[in-house]
Amino acid sequence: MVPPRRRQSYDGVVLAVPVTVPYQRYSIETAHWWMGKALRALAEGAGISHRDFDGFSVASFTMGPDVAVGLTQHFGLSPRHIDHVPMGGASGIVSLRRAARAVQAGDADIVACVAADTNSVDSFRNLLEGFSRFSQDAVYPYGAGGANGSFALIARHYMDRYGATREDFGKLCVAQRENALKNPHALMKKPLTLDQYMSARVIAEPFRLFDCVMPCAGAEAFLVMREETATSLGLPFVRLLSAIERHNAFPDDPMQVRGGWVMDRDELYGMAGVAPDDMDFVQTYDDYAVISMMQFEDLGFCAKGEGADFVRQHTFTIDGSFPHNTSGGQLSVGQAGAAGGHLGITEAIRQLLGIAGGTQVRDARLGLVSGFGMINYDRGLASAAAVLARA
Amino acid sequence: MNGDILGVFAEALASGRIRVVDLTCTLSPDFPVIVMPPELGQSAPFRMERISHYDGSGPAWYWNNLSFGEHTGTHFDAPIHWYTGRDLPLNSVDTLPPADMIAPACVINCVAQAARDPDFLLTISDVTKWEEQHGRVPARSWVLLRTDWSNKTGAAYANLQPDGAHTPGPDADVMRWLVEERDILGFGTETIGTDAGQAGHFSPPYPAHHYLHGAGRYGLQCLANLGQLPPVGAMIVAAPLKIQNGSGSPLRVLALVQERSTG
Amino acid sequence: MTEPLAKPKRKNPLARTRQPLLPPSARSRKAHGLTLAASVGRFMLQCCGECGRYTYPAREACPSCLSSALSFRDAPTGGLLLSETRIEVTSDPYYRERMPWRAGLVKLDCGPNVVTHLHGDCGGSGVRVAMSLQLDKAGQAVFFAKPVSETPHMEDDPQWRELIADPKHRRVLISDGRSATAVALVNALKKAGAAKIFVGVAEQWKPFEERSSLEAIEGVELVDLDLTSERSVQELAMDIGAKVEILVNTADHVRPAHLFDAGAANTVRDAMDHTVMGLMRLAQAFGPVMRSRGADGATGAVAWVNLLSVHGLSNAPQFGVHSVAHAACLSLSQWLRNELRPGGIRVINAFTGPLDTEWFQTVPPPKVAPKALADAIIDGLKRGLEDIYIGDVAKDIEARLFDNPKAVEREAGR
Repeated sequence: MVPPRRRQSYDGVVLAVPVTVPYQRYSIETAHWWMGKALRALAEGAGISHRDFDGFSVASFTMGPDVAVGLTQHFGLSPRHIDHVPMGGASGIVSLRRAARAVQAGDADIVACVAADTNSVDSFRNLLEGFSRFSQDAVYPYGAGGANGSFALIARHYMDRYGATREDFGKLCVAQRENALKNPHALMKKPLTLDQYMSARVIAEPFRLFDCVMPCAGAEAFLVMREETATSLGLPFVRLLSAIERHNAFPDDPMQVRGGWVMDRDELYGMAGVAPDDMDFVQTYDDYAVISMMQFEDLGFCAKGEGADFVRQHTFTIDGSFPHNTSGGQLSVGQAGAAGGHLGITEAIRQLLGIAGGTQVRDARLGLVSGFGMINYDRGLASAAAVLARA
Repeated sequence: MNGDILGVFAEALASGRIRVVDLTCTLSPDFPVIVMPPELGQSAPFRMERISHYDGSGPAWYWNNLSFGEHTGTHFDAPIHWYTGRDLPLNSVDTLPPADMIAPACVINCVAQAARDPDFLLTISDVTKWEEQHGRVPARSWVLLRTDWSNKTGAAYANLQPDGAHTPGPDADVMRWLVEERDILGFGTETIGTDAGQAGHFSPPYPAHHYLHGAGRYGLQCLANLGQLPPVGAMIVAAPLKIQNGSGSPLRVLALVQERSTG
Repeated sequence: MTEPLAKPKRKNPLARTRQPLLPPSARSRKAHGLTLAASVGRFMLQCCGECGRYTYPAREACPSCLSSALSFRDAPTGGLLLSETRIEVTSDPYYRERMPWRAGLVKLDCGPNVVTHLHGDCGGSGVRVAMSLQLDKAGQAVFFAKPVSETPHMEDDPQWRELIADPKHRRVLISDGRSATAVALVNALKKAGAAKIFVGVAEQWKPFEERSSLEAIEGVELVDLDLTSERSVQELAMDIGAKVEILVNTADHVRPAHLFDAGAANTVRDAMDHTVMGLMRLAQAFGPVMRSRGADGATGAVAWVNLLSVHGLSNAPQFGVHSVAHAACLSLSQWLRNELRPGGIRVINAFTGPLDTEWFQTVPPPKVAPKALADAIIDGLKRGLEDIYIGDVAKDIEARLFDNPKAVEREAGR
């Protein structure tokens, strides 16, 4: 075998027009309605017609029976690059990576990356029931705890093995709620104390209510293009310095204690020419605090097993020692299905453009976003991360 | 004599001077049937399965499908039922001469004997004693053995013991004598067979069947209400179903009894 | 420590009966390899015919070597509990009524990780557990992890009881008290803790030897039940239908006849009337009420056992009529299984070879003693089986049918 080719850089690839369609706990609309809102906001933000988007990348769990190509007719798009990225929490970065290569190569000029999901009264149960073949065959029938039950097993094991406590998870949740109170889009509007966190009702041991995200309806979107396109449209933008993804890493680990970031993180920082300590903020994928803790370890902020200690040393608030999930994250904003994987990206773009409003981290120039998704059976399979920089 | 016999008869029926007695047991699923050794063929008991009951299977009507053996409940035995009658003419229920379906009856009361002994056997002397009181048994009449056995139900009625059934019936001599010397039309009982429960041990086995059917005569069994009949004078109406080549059939057996004059 | 199951109180007649619900039942076709194993109480996983590795969940290609030669093979039942949780919130209606629910992740000794139901006495991560495959109320295979050694009252664990059909504190109807198996079944059910045993007797006016033995057993009630009479079956169901939690249909009618015998049609019809039509009448009368009581408390209706001849699976000419009747019963039983599934009622087919009773007098051994049959049925109920093969002949035919059904057919009657 020839040695692997050195990856090309993402030079010249930029992100612009971060869009959040404000979330609702339940919606009687379909995913398409939310996508339409997002596409319109992208077009208005870019000052062009949506028909000028020649790339379209969509992530959604609830767009069935449609596929991406069907959606082009639904929304009147005529793109030459389309993509459907059904990868849950990793879909934002995977979308971004593919869009970046498309615009770099000239296969497309402007790619609209849209994630949208609706949440009707029964759709979450339906999603859990039919999430994957392995999940349907081998997980859901065991108490039907859904993601909460599966991640409870991972969290319990992580706690047993590394000495993390519920207080450590709680600290992250409480900090995110503090951040969320500055984000008008967050569905959670009330402060959360550690006592409330600790004494909430049990969902699936060791998880209690505030360990779990609230499913909701919503959409997140952004545009990917070359720098010159952004300049010609007069759009403020941020740069993509590097990005990684990895699926089904470490299949022989009996129990998930790490994600695929470990395999690729050197390249992530190498390509960007930065180190973890250089980050002004970090947006982890926070379906559960224990997964954020794993990301701190696997993305090199601390060693494996030291996540709990790391949490004890920082505040994680917007103005604190390690600004983290500055929007409030999914735990406090809500999890709008696949849009949860785009939430960190839109928030990072706003931070780096300096338009994050109440959640703005002062002088944010460099940020890391990571994604994680698809608990197909006993572990999350997809991991991804990107480093973004102020232009 | 008045030429309009049936007119007189109709008037007698209407006025109650002729009473109609039902000699039939109700056909129901739990009415005992003859039991054969299990490796032999068995008579199917009476069964009724619903076709519809004003429901989806028939919105305005109620009806059932029936199944049963020919020898179920109150039933009629035709000569073809036994090997001795197999070659006789008119030996099956469909060829049975209609005139034989209405005939007079002699009722021999053996209630006391049967109460004392479930294996009670009717003998020639029992009949001759009866004849001393009531006159000679007329030719072509039914002889009905009254035991009140029909008052029993279930296990007591079948009275199955480890050595077989124990129920009253005729002995071999009386059957031969009734057929040959008295020329009776048929013999009737209240028990499951015209023969006694233990008649398989007689010589010949099952003499009632043997002699009656061998001579082209008939059997009636599982009769009821014989106590309502006079020793002589009742008229029996016993018309089995017209089943092609049938050996017998359940039927409604009626007796016409003339009330004693009250004046 | 498992809380021993208390004798249920009399039901409050004003209380609504809980309607049965089923756990999530969607499965891939391949996953039914586990259903097959669970139905007969085996522990089988997909194993690669090329590299020899076990794999799970069920899939179409070996993740180690991509061979498609994955067949279900018996596997060692040991495992190590890696992690556990107690689920208290779910959006699934079945589990919602049964919360909290313990689940764990077990690393099997043969390799794969399995998410599993967890017995309440399995203590904490890092302990060894004994695994089995069980059928849940939806009839689908699930893993269950138990402590390696016995714990007090472990059979009363509520999650375990959802997966089995334990006669303890339940009321049972045996359909044919004249069956040579009735006394043995009654004794075995009593020993297993059955609260009451109704024994159906047809034509009570016909005496039978075992009557006095049956009447002498406490908790036994002889009831009128003639499977050949729709009315009789319906009337019994009207009386006690709502009290029957386990129904054991022992109806049989073994009568030898050659196919060309003049009376063979009658013999077949009689046999069919007693067996397949009898089962049909029982199903119509008792099926609906049992189905409606599938979630009626800890001792609600749970199982329907059909005692079938293994010759129903392939005709044995010396018992031709019997084979025909039981083939029809098997088909009806599968139908019934489907119709009772919405109630979570398990239909168990207990296949037996010739019994050591009078109607199989001329058959050489091995034959199945009534006690052995009764013990096997109780074992099947307590382990939650769906298909039981009782005795050497039945096991032999099962194995040979699996191997080559045509050979069984050709060799029959030799």
